[in-house]
Amino acid sequence: MSDLHTLGVAQLSALLQKKDISAVELATRMLARLGGNPHHVFLSVDSEVTLAQAKAADARIAKGDTSPLLGVPIAHKDIFVTTDFPTTAGSRMLEGYRSPFNATVVQRLGDAGMVSLGKLSCDEFAMGSANENVAVPSAHPQAVTNPWDVSRIPGGSSGGSAAAVAACLAPAATGTDTGGSIRQPAAFCGITGIKPTYGRASRYGMVAFASSLDQAGPMARSAQDCALLLSAMCGPDLDRDSTSLDVKAEDFSRDLNQPLKGLRVGVPHEFFGEGLADDVRGPINDALKALQAQGATLVPIALPRTTLSIPVYYIIAPAEASSNLSRFDGVKFGHRAKAFTDLADMYEKTRSEGFGDEVKRRIMIGSYVLSHGYYDAYYLQAQKIRRMIADDFQRAFATCDVIAGPVAPTVAWKLGDKSNDPLANYLADIFTLPASLAGLPGMSIPVGFGEGGMPVGMQLMGNYLQEAKLLNVAHQFQLATDHHLKTPGGAA
Amino acid sequence: MSAPLVQGYEVVIGFETHAQLSTQSKIFSRASTAFGAEPNTQACAVDLALPGTLPVMNKGAVERAIQLGLALGSHIAERSIFARKNYFYPDLPKGYQISQFEIPVVQGGEVSFFLEQGKETLHKTVRLVRAHLEEDAGKSLHEDFIGQSGIDLNRAGTPLLEIVTEPDMRSSAEAVAYAKELHKIVTWIGICDGNMQEGSFRCDANVSVRKLGAPLGTRREIKNLNSFKFMQQAIDYEVRWQIEQLEDGHAIQQATVLFNPDTGETRAMRTKEDAADYRYFPDPDLPPLVIGRDWVERVKSEMAELPRVMAERFVTQYGLPEYDATQLTQSKAMAAYFEATAKACGQAKLASNWIMGEVSRRLNVGELGIEQSPVSAARLAALISRISDNTISNNAARQVFEVLWVEGGEVDAIIASKGLKQMNDSGELEQIIDEVLAANPKNVEEFKAGNAKALNGLVGPIMKASKGKANPAQVNALLLKKLS
Repeated sequence: MSDLHTLGVAQLSALLQKKDISAVELATRMLARLGGNPHHVFLSVDSEVTLAQAKAADARIAKGDTSPLLGVPIAHKDIFVTTDFPTTAGSRMLEGYRSPFNATVVQRLGDAGMVSLGKLSCDEFAMGSANENVAVPSAHPQAVTNPWDVSRIPGGSSGGSAAAVAACLAPAATGTDTGGSIRQPAAFCGITGIKPTYGRASRYGMVAFASSLDQAGPMARSAQDCALLLSAMCGPDLDRDSTSLDVKAEDFSRDLNQPLKGLRVGVPHEFFGEGLADDVRGPINDALKALQAQGATLVPIALPRTTLSIPVYYIIAPAEASSNLSRFDGVKFGHRAKAFTDLADMYEKTRSEGFGDEVKRRIMIGSYVLSHGYYDAYYLQAQKIRRMIADDFQRAFATCDVIAGPVAPTVAWKLGDKSNDPLANYLADIFTLPASLAGLPGMSIPVGFGEGGMPVGMQLMGNYLQEAKLLNVAHQFQLATDHHLKTPGGAA
Repeated sequence: MSAPLVQGYEVVIGFETHAQLSTQSKIFSRASTAFGAEPNTQACAVDLALPGTLPVMNKGAVERAIQLGLALGSHIAERSIFARKNYFYPDLPKGYQISQFEIPVVQGGEVSFFLEQGKETLHKTVRLVRAHLEEDAGKSLHEDFIGQSGIDLNRAGTPLLEIVTEPDMRSSAEAVAYAKELHKIVTWIGICDGNMQEGSFRCDANVSVRKLGAPLGTRREIKNLNSFKFMQQAIDYEVRWQIEQLEDGHAIQQATVLFNPDTGETRAMRTKEDAADYRYFPDPDLPPLVIGRDWVERVKSEMAELPRVMAERFVTQYGLPEYDATQLTQSKAMAAYFEATAKACGQAKLASNWIMGEVSRRLNVGELGIEQSPVSAARLAALISRISDNTISNNAARQVFEVLWVEGGEVDAIIASKGLKQMNDSGELEQIIDEVLAANPKNVEEFKAGNAKALNGLVGPIMKASKGKANPAQVNALLLKKLS
């Protein structure tokens, strides 16, 4: 079993249950691959913690526990707070911070018996599309590289999660998606990732970026694995998160094997305009044809406010972020400037030193759009358009079951290409923002390769609580294709 | 009758009161709200704003807001919104306070009360603008640390109801009467313990002055008035100060001021120019607060009888004057004491007189609450029964009451041991009267000549001869009979 690290969650679970391998052996094998921190994906590892969890999983397996995730390794985006590992959110502000409690999502996966390999790099406070905004000083070099081409970015903000799974450093990872932070890096790294309906997964223990948009989700090698992981992650958490949906936990694997005959796939023409690179358009069109071949019909639909989602998102998300990040003031936890003259100076120095440029930029934008005299013109207008974008989706879902399109206009770009051009970064989020603003579930599946041999991801969007349908479509596609089975050269 | 002018100026006052709600746990977390614990021992991860924590609404706080709304005849909003008020301060852990801004849970309503003005008792009504739910901040402690400040977050996240009035009050006396009435209501319905020293009931007074008929003057807000006495002093000082400024030709600058009880003066803390931009926006962590009719009805059905309603009942059920009924419903305990006494003795008006008279006087002297009265309602009722069945006179009753208060004991036993039983036997009394008449021929003559006052000169010696045991009404009747 020399290729253990290339296996997915379901396959590993089968081996563990058959006792072909123990959780401790598996964890040991995975930890052995982390030496030198390939692609700079990990921000913290602790083999003692990992092996202790593996040992506990073995004990449960020995007692006949057949939980499907038991003993399977996973790594967590460093935006989830954890008691066993430090939590930095990719920020100097939280370097060395350790939470006294676990995020609900981490706790649930831990309760399911998953073994944590450590914490994964991400853009600072999940703000970024390239994972270049990592500001933890101890992370050197700070930018995560794409396993398919180390001169390129892995996408963001869950870039560490996507790169870890693509490079076979972990069979699965958690991610969070505010404006595309699961889907876009999953697409750029050729893996599968899903952002559930807003409210499905508890936000308790996620370092908040934009509260009305943040959602956790799994990133893995297949839709089948994502279904297993998502089933364990979701469920009401009403005592801790007021935005948690009061909807029972579901088995998201239940519909995986439904045939696609009669499925209506909505194709929004706004997602296929001139901004879409040809090397992405090709694989997406092929994937749509593959769905047709499985009995689905393509339905042209309109999402007329797609372009508006960029300004709307870049008003609402920074507005919420500017307030959410106020707690990082040097008073209670995290970084505090060493020398200061008075309280105002302490705040100023602490926050100037503690936050990176992109975070500061968004705090400033957010403070501006909420300020007296501008609130109505920006924040309030943005909220109205957000409502309209959600309504557009409802009109579209009257004629289709799922919506398909590209995740991003291009494949992963070169490191540094857009790092001095925030606007170019923002524009690249155009296809993932609409579902985020509407609170709809969305996922990314690998559908081929574009320029430079870089992976291309197709986005599937569903109506509220239709995750099982998305996973069904993705799984059927993956049964008929092998894009998701490809691994980058260095990984195997 | 309009309020008295001060040096020709009309005083205009509006109130903002922060009532700390009597929930066991905080408004958005499960930490305890108990007062007086060691610093930072009652602040959980949510109160400390640790990364990843989120607020979850305490239903008990909402119910208390509903109760206040019902008590004051307000509209309970079916849908209200929590907003974030953003500002930096070390005792504000999240960097924002969760409060209600655009749409508060309680809207409108009024507080009515009696106000003594000169010789008149006026009925006043102050309109409410709103009452909204919000969380309290922690405390900054500047005294105990040299060159540093300490932060105690025990209070952070304590539920508050901020109750805002229209600028309806026209004197410091009226303002204090309003505050007392509001204090009575919140403690009566049990949503707030009313402890002003501990900061459970804090008032901010917005004060301005104007010439009669002029538009509203610029107001200054006196913050954190935590006693009724300081409230009156602070407002009076502020009014004098503002009039002085205007008379000297200065304009009033809108400002927030603090009252210093040691100097008796108010001092500006910050002016409008320093006013922060709080960047209010709806809190995305909290969905709109939805209160259905059924919830309101359930809270209503579980609420105790309100003081206003109880006072009206005292008038109809016990035939009390409105004034008595209002006085007796100043606190739940007082009202309960009255009802127990009235029911046991069947003499509601006498009970009212005794409670508002002798009992209150003694309580005030001893700085006691009615709950601590050494004379129980049952004892007082027994005493009143002995007055109404003519066993003892009012004078004798006061002596018995004195013994009950100081030493305790049974009413009848005290009457017996002190020999206070009234002389109701007319034979014995007639003998005394005859003796007194014989000894005071001058008074008898004068009375017969038409001087009615001469009778008093006879009653005194008779009462004295009877050692106070004679029934004065009976003495009068017998005297008149003998002298006619």
